[in-house]
Amino acid sequence: MPIVQVQRKPLSLAERLYLPQVASGLLTTLRHLFSPRVTLQYPEERPAIPPGYRGVPTLVMDPNGREKCVSCQLCEFVCPPKAIRITPGAIPAESPEAHVEKAPQAFDIDMLRCIYCGLCEEVCPEEAIFLQKQYSMSGYSREEMVNHKDRLYELGGTLPDLHYKWDRKKAAEAESHTAG
Amino acid sequence: MNSLLSLPFWLLGILKGLAVIAVIFPLAGACSMAERKVSAWMQGRPGPNRATVPWVAWIPGVGVALQRLGVFHLLADGLKFVFKEEPVPGQVNKFYFTLAPALAMIPAFTTVTVVPFGAYLASDGALVPLMLANVDVGLLAVFAVSSMGIYSLILAGWASNSKYSFLGGIRASAQLISYELSLTLAVVPVFLWINAPGAPSTWSLVKVVEFQGQPGFWGGAWFFITMPVSAIIFLIALFAETNRQPFDMPESEADLVGGFHTEYGAFKWSLFFVAEYSNMIVGSAVFILLFLGGWNPLPWVTLADFASWVGLTGHPVILGAVSVLIFIGKIILMIFLFMWVRWTVPRFRYDQVMKIGWQKLLPLAIANLVAYAVGIAFLQK
Repeated sequence: MPIVQVQRKPLSLAERLYLPQVASGLLTTLRHLFSPRVTLQYPEERPAIPPGYRGVPTLVMDPNGREKCVSCQLCEFVCPPKAIRITPGAIPAESPEAHVEKAPQAFDIDMLRCIYCGLCEEVCPEEAIFLQKQYSMSGYSREEMVNHKDRLYELGGTLPDLHYKWDRKKAAEAESHTAG
Repeated sequence: MNSLLSLPFWLLGILKGLAVIAVIFPLAGACSMAERKVSAWMQGRPGPNRATVPWVAWIPGVGVALQRLGVFHLLADGLKFVFKEEPVPGQVNKFYFTLAPALAMIPAFTTVTVVPFGAYLASDGALVPLMLANVDVGLLAVFAVSSMGIYSLILAGWASNSKYSFLGGIRASAQLISYELSLTLAVVPVFLWINAPGAPSTWSLVKVVEFQGQPGFWGGAWFFITMPVSAIIFLIALFAETNRQPFDMPESEADLVGGFHTEYGAFKWSLFFVAEYSNMIVGSAVFILLFLGGWNPLPWVTLADFASWVGLTGHPVILGAVSVLIFIGKIILMIFLFMWVRWTVPRFRYDQVMKIGWQKLLPLAIANLVAYAVGIAFLQK
């Protein structure tokens, strides 16, 4: 690209007088005085959350109401600020989901530590933890800012499942038993 | 009216003083509210619109409208300033630190008394001005007392014992000295014109307004039309004198935190605030009286013409109220101009302020004075 010499023009008389410039500025601000307001009236109006937003991490259930987390603790280990603490527990043998073997006994996410990085969602092999649209967390004490398991499921709700991995596994097992 | 004037001198003085306080304090508060709203609108924001009072909010329509206008933030702000903790930093000189805000109020309120804010026609057709103290030195009194206001800024800056406050005070003094010259020189042509040679001379602001309401094309033209350069110099110097953007060097929150009132808080700070707005109101009132025809509704339309058109000639009280409304309307427009400029033009650098004051405005004011002096000498010979 050739070099373009930009002309440095001396200030015109109107510019040196400054008052015409002030007047044109006043016109601009006057236009803005009557232009529509752009402020979002926050507590009454909420912003539209775009897809892929990383809000508060939550635990989800599959459409059959099965809790998806198998307490493998990958998220706990990957969590950079160590906000997640899981106590693994066994699923009782008489449960229909006994073949999943493990489910969290306790699952705490300390929202005072969480940095909303989304690594837990990324690493989860069960697609059980999601950063959803909740963006406003507040509490009066440190204890209140720790999300326990029931709260995490309450925030997470149910998300559609593409795989039904454990149901298919159970079905395949049953099939092989009948075939074998 | 006559029974009011027959009160003892001291009682009348106290009543007038209370009247000034009762009017200027809420007015300054209203100005601060208007400033917040105007700035918000110019920046595409709705501005303060949350505070409300229960029993007003229940009125359908009106309550919400008042809340949207932010009227109740005025009360909230005022109450906050009265009731919040009053911090006095440890390093300050306590006596002068407390004295400075009070000193800021004195010139701000004293100048109000000599400014006429309306007029009515007596039964014999003579124009009677409405003002608290009708002194013949008029404008000189305003200039003399308002230039005292600078002492409060210097005192505040010095007593705060902080470098930012001190710099703010120093800047304030330098700026006021620089612009007072142009301010005074700009009004001299006006008084050269209204004082005929040989006749008893006057500095009265009432006379200036009467002079802008004479019959004929040149008699009825406001001085803004006949002396535009004077008007513009006066207006610019007025911005500097009232420490308003783009000349708010003493405050300049970007480089001096808060300038002379960095160390102040709560009610003391609000006194500075009220003094600033009061100075603005008085300054715009003087500008209106000098250049914008005072209480005359339009150029070439005097208050007397207006009264005969709408049939108010025989009603001095109503006419007086109308003239005050006209005057207040003009003041509101001027205050809006102050705010409009503040949210348009960025602050000058300190050297630019000095350069504009000494190298541009002062020579222009002197040239303007000489030109008008020669012209007036020819015309009034």
